[in-house]
Amino acid sequence: MPAISRDEVAHLARLARLAVTEEELDTFASQLGVILESVAKVGEVAAGDIPPTSHAVPLTNVFRADEVRPGLTQREALAAAPAVEENRFRVPRILGEEQ
Amino acid sequence: MSALVDLMDYDDVLATYDPVLGLEVHVELSTNTKMFCGCPTDFGGEPNTQVCPTCLGLPGALPVVNGKAVESAIRIGLALNCQIAEWCRFARKNYFYPDQPKNFQTSQYDEPIAFDGYLDVVLEDGETFRVDIERAHMEEDTGKSLHVGGATGRIHGAAHSLLDYNRAGVPLIEIVTKPIVGAGERAPEVARAYVSALRDLLRALDVSDVRMDQGSLRCDANVSLMPKGGDTFGTRTETKNVNSLRSVERAVRFEMSRQGAVLSGGGSIVQETRHFDESSGSTSAGRRKETSEDYRYFPEPDLVPVAPSREWVEELRGTLPELPWERRRRIQQEWDLSDAEMRDLLNAGAVDLIAATVEAGASSAEARSWWVSYLLQQANLRGEELAALPITPVQVARVIELVTTGTLTNKLARQAVDGVLAGEGEPDEVVAARGLKVVSDESALRTAVEAALAANPDVAEKIRGGKVQAAGAIVGAVMKATKGQADAKRVRELVIEAVSA
Repeated sequence: MPAISRDEVAHLARLARLAVTEEELDTFASQLGVILESVAKVGEVAAGDIPPTSHAVPLTNVFRADEVRPGLTQREALAAAPAVEENRFRVPRILGEEQ
Repeated sequence: MSALVDLMDYDDVLATYDPVLGLEVHVELSTNTKMFCGCPTDFGGEPNTQVCPTCLGLPGALPVVNGKAVESAIRIGLALNCQIAEWCRFARKNYFYPDQPKNFQTSQYDEPIAFDGYLDVVLEDGETFRVDIERAHMEEDTGKSLHVGGATGRIHGAAHSLLDYNRAGVPLIEIVTKPIVGAGERAPEVARAYVSALRDLLRALDVSDVRMDQGSLRCDANVSLMPKGGDTFGTRTETKNVNSLRSVERAVRFEMSRQGAVLSGGGSIVQETRHFDESSGSTSAGRRKETSEDYRYFPEPDLVPVAPSREWVEELRGTLPELPWERRRRIQQEWDLSDAEMRDLLNAGAVDLIAATVEAGASSAEARSWWVSYLLQQANLRGEELAALPITPVQVARVIELVTTGTLTNKLARQAVDGVLAGEGEPDEVVAARGLKVVSDESALRTAVEAALAANPDVAEKIRGGKVQAAGAIVGAVMKATKGQADAKRVRELVIEAVSA
């Protein structure tokens, strides 16, 4: 029983907007399964009193003063945009593929 | 579009179903800078001029939390009677939508900074309805999309969209209620009253502009119906961005009638986002709601946890203002107003302005009179809210002072106010520039009175014959001659004096 099903891989691919072929679904399912099983080994050594760790450094409350700092100019901001219209980033139609 | 929607009579809906509401309010904080970078947050800037590598999601840029925004979040939580988390994290909410250039929104997921609170909402008839608060969490606002090519500027049918990221990253607090049950027929009113009370509270906390028209306060209304007396909630819809108090009420009412018609016709409600149309007061289907796990939330690795010390939380609790409704009760007593008078002031949005004018030295009666008569008229003429008039309470107090000390008559004072409204400067500057001072030179006034009497011998005769009210014509002539800059009462006295001499 693989750790992740073919359908789950297909779902993830769709969420990530990746085009995955039928063959790739099988390949990735087994590869991701190996990764998940490997990561699951952490659970074997972590005792029940160790909370899931998201940050490796024991830091909290790193705050910035509420003071304006210079950012980019409009020209700089738009420089790398694939398309620009009216000083805005132009993007392809947003809805359509699903509705 | 709305003509195609089947609606059930509101009373019939209530006879069959119990409404359940859930309100999500997004508040843009009025901090100087964004949530995770130092870009300014001002409204209305040229597109893409308030951006930096962090809020544009450029590679290598790292976020740093705005401490002031955390402080505001905690104060909001405390004002909503919430618990404040001892330790919480930010999380990435992943989705593909160009309103966040990062392809995720930095938000909070299962560890909101504030949770389990309530807000007591006073309804129109004075009854209190308690709305339980599920959570208030910190996140960032999205950019603004302009949809091009669609018939109505909406996303549907648009050929492409244009993005301005000035707003992307502006600190946002999302306040979520627990399911509001038991409101029955008053559900639309409760929804409106809740948003209204929340707006007042946030304004009193001075954490946000709370301008629904500018989007700094936005409400999403979740509505569902369950069979009367049942306890299993029906499928809900979420009506997005309802941007006025009146719309909140209308949107809830419309959804109740629409869902009632669907359900009683044997249909089922689709869980979806709906769009509220201001002009027709109806909602229409938007995108299907993605389920929670589709966002693949995970703890934000680039930000360390927020762990507000209890000392800090208590210190912030000490900064909470008097609650707006308690303040209103106190003010009503202090100003000696009836409920109706107070309601008029509230409806006109005048209470804070009057209070500030009183604070600046004016009597409450004078301050009230200025704001609800002349200034309200001017606001109406301009089609603006009273508070949007370009005159401050301090300036109004100064005008009142000028009248009290006899420098201006009421008529001249109105001209002084006109000058301030026209951008001519402070009241004293307007008075000087327009030469508005009362003619208090008695000899000049006497001369003007004599001249007017001489020019109207018949009127003078009438007054002499005892018809004192005829003096009005002479007073009018003198006022005209002095361009309205005389004290009419004094002129009248002088007229009577002159004819009896």
